[in-house]
Amino acid sequence: MIQLEKISKTFRAGNTQVHAVKEVSLDIGLGEVFGIIGFSGAGKSTLVRCINLLERPTEGKVILDGVDLMGLPQVRLREERRKMGMIFQHFNLLRSRTVYQNIAFPLRKSKLSKTEKHEKILSLLELVGLSDKKDAYPSQLSGGQKQRVAIARALANDPKVLLCDEATSALDPQTTKSILNLLKKVNNELGITIVLITHEMAVVKDICDRVAIMEDGRVVEEGETADVFSHPKEKLTRDFMDTASNINKIYELLEENHELTRVKEGEKLVLLTYSGGNAGESVISYLAEAYGVQANIIFGNVDILKNKPIGKLVVVLSGEGANMEKALQYIKQRKVQLEVIKG
Amino acid sequence: MSFLYKMAPNLENLGQELIKCMHQTFQMLFISGSIAFILGLILGVLLIVTKKGGLLQNQLLYKFLDKSIDVIRSIPFIILMVFLIPLSRAIVGTGSGITGSYVALIAGTVPFFARQIETVLADVDHGLIEASEAMGFGPTEIIFSVYLKESIPGITRVTMITFVSLIGITAIAGAIGAGGLGDFAIRYGHQMGYRDMIWVTVAIILLIITVIQFIGNMIIRKTTH
Repeated sequence: MIQLEKISKTFRAGNTQVHAVKEVSLDIGLGEVFGIIGFSGAGKSTLVRCINLLERPTEGKVILDGVDLMGLPQVRLREERRKMGMIFQHFNLLRSRTVYQNIAFPLRKSKLSKTEKHEKILSLLELVGLSDKKDAYPSQLSGGQKQRVAIARALANDPKVLLCDEATSALDPQTTKSILNLLKKVNNELGITIVLITHEMAVVKDICDRVAIMEDGRVVEEGETADVFSHPKEKLTRDFMDTASNINKIYELLEENHELTRVKEGEKLVLLTYSGGNAGESVISYLAEAYGVQANIIFGNVDILKNKPIGKLVVVLSGEGANMEKALQYIKQRKVQLEVIKG
Repeated sequence: MSFLYKMAPNLENLGQELIKCMHQTFQMLFISGSIAFILGLILGVLLIVTKKGGLLQNQLLYKFLDKSIDVIRSIPFIILMVFLIPLSRAIVGTGSGITGSYVALIAGTVPFFARQIETVLADVDHGLIEASEAMGFGPTEIIFSVYLKESIPGITRVTMITFVSLIGITAIAGAIGAGGLGDFAIRYGHQMGYRDMIWVTVAIILLIITVIQFIGNMIIRKTTH
C-alpha cells in the first residue's frame, strides 16, 4: 500500500544541517496497522509527514498504491492526498466551524451531491459516536471528542490510509483507550490502512500489527509487534518494553541497594523473559525438582502483545555451584532469555 | 432642536456647514476606508504566505513588502500627504480637495492595517494549515477558508482600531482642502473661537466611533466560538 524507499529528509538552518530522517525504507501493507515508535526527536513526525509529502523528502521515493508521489505535479498530488486522512496530536479542528461543518470541510472538493454529503457526514458522526454533538463548536468538546471529530473528518473522503501523528499523546489513558478502540474499528470495519506514530508503548501494544522502532532518524528494528518485543534486538526496543512494565523498577531498587536485591554467597539475581508457550513458571518449579535450585520471585510482569503473552520475572536463584550452572543451562535450553543482573 | 441651540448657540448659523463637513468626513471614511480595507487585507495575506515557511514562500517579495511598509509607516501623515500630491495627481487627477485626499488616506492606512492583519493571521494555528494541506487543499482555498474565515473576530478587531486611526487622519486631510469635521473644528472652533463647535465636533466623532465599536463587538461576539 505504502512504500517508502530510502527516504531521507535534511533540514537546513543557516549553515547547520539537521538530518531528521535517514534512509528509511518501509513497506506498509493494505489493511495493516503499522506503528512507528520512538522518543521525541527521533524523526518520526517528519517521517509520517513524508508519506503525504507535507514534508518533501530530500531523497528517496514515496509510493502510494503504485503511484510515485514525488513525481506528481501539485494538482495531482492534492488529489492523491485526499486518499490519505490524517489526524494530529492537537486535533487541528477549525474553531469557527461546528462539528458538522468541520467534517463537511474536506468534502468541498468531493463530487458527491449535497444530500449524499449530508448523509455521509451523519453516518461518520454515528461511526465516531458524536451524533448528538453535530452543532457543537470544538471549544465545547473534550479532548477525546475533538479527536473523534478529527477522525470523522479524516475519513470523509473515504481514504485508503489514515495517518495518525501522536493522535493520543494529548489524551488521558482512558480516553486513549477509547480512541484506540475507534481506530481498531475503523481498521476492521472499513479496512483502512493505519500508520501511527507514538512514543507510548501502550498504543503500539494495543493495536499495531507491525512496528518500526526509530532512533536518531533511522529505523533500528522492524517486524511483527509481538516478535519485536518478545525478542528485542536493540537496547532501545528493550527500553520501550520497560516503559510499559514495572520491571525496570528493579534497576531503581538495585541503585538504592534495597534489601530485596541483596544476594548472599551462591545466589544470583536474574531477569527471565519468556514468550508464548514456554511459560516461565514451569521452568522455575523444574529448577527446584531437578537441580535443587530455589527460585524466589521478586518481581513479575506479563504483557499481552497482540494476544501473545510476554512474561518477565526477576528472581533470586539460590543453589550450590555446579547445580546452579546446570540450572542456568537448562533455562537457556527452554528458550527463556536470561540476564544475570547480580551475583 | 432648541435644546441643542441653547447648548451650542453657533449651531444655528453653522448647522448647514456642519452637515456638509460631516458628509465630507463620511465620504472620506467610506471610500478610502473600503479601498484601504481590501488593499490591507491583500497585503496582510501576502505578508503571511510569502514569509519563511509560508504557503507560497517568497523571501524576496516578503522583504520588499516588509521594508516598504516600515518606510511608509515611519513618515508622519501630514508629510506623507504633501509628499503624495504628485502621485495623487497622476492617479485621480488632483492633489487637493476630497478627491485629492483619497490617495494619501489610503497610503496612510494600508501599511498600518496590513501589519495588523499579518499579526492576526499569524495567530492561526499552523496545525490548521497543515491539516488543510493534508486534506488536499491548495493555497487559495486555504487563504480564504482557513486563514481569513478563522480570523474573522481578529480581523474585525483590527479593523475597528484602524478605523479609529483613519478618522484621525481624515481630520488632518483638511489641510489639503478636503474639508471634513477636522477642518470644521479648526476653522470655526479654533480660528473663530466658537468653543461650542469644538464640543459638537468631538461629540459627533465619539458617536461615530461608538457606533462602529458596537457593530464590531457584535460581529466578534457572533463569530467567536
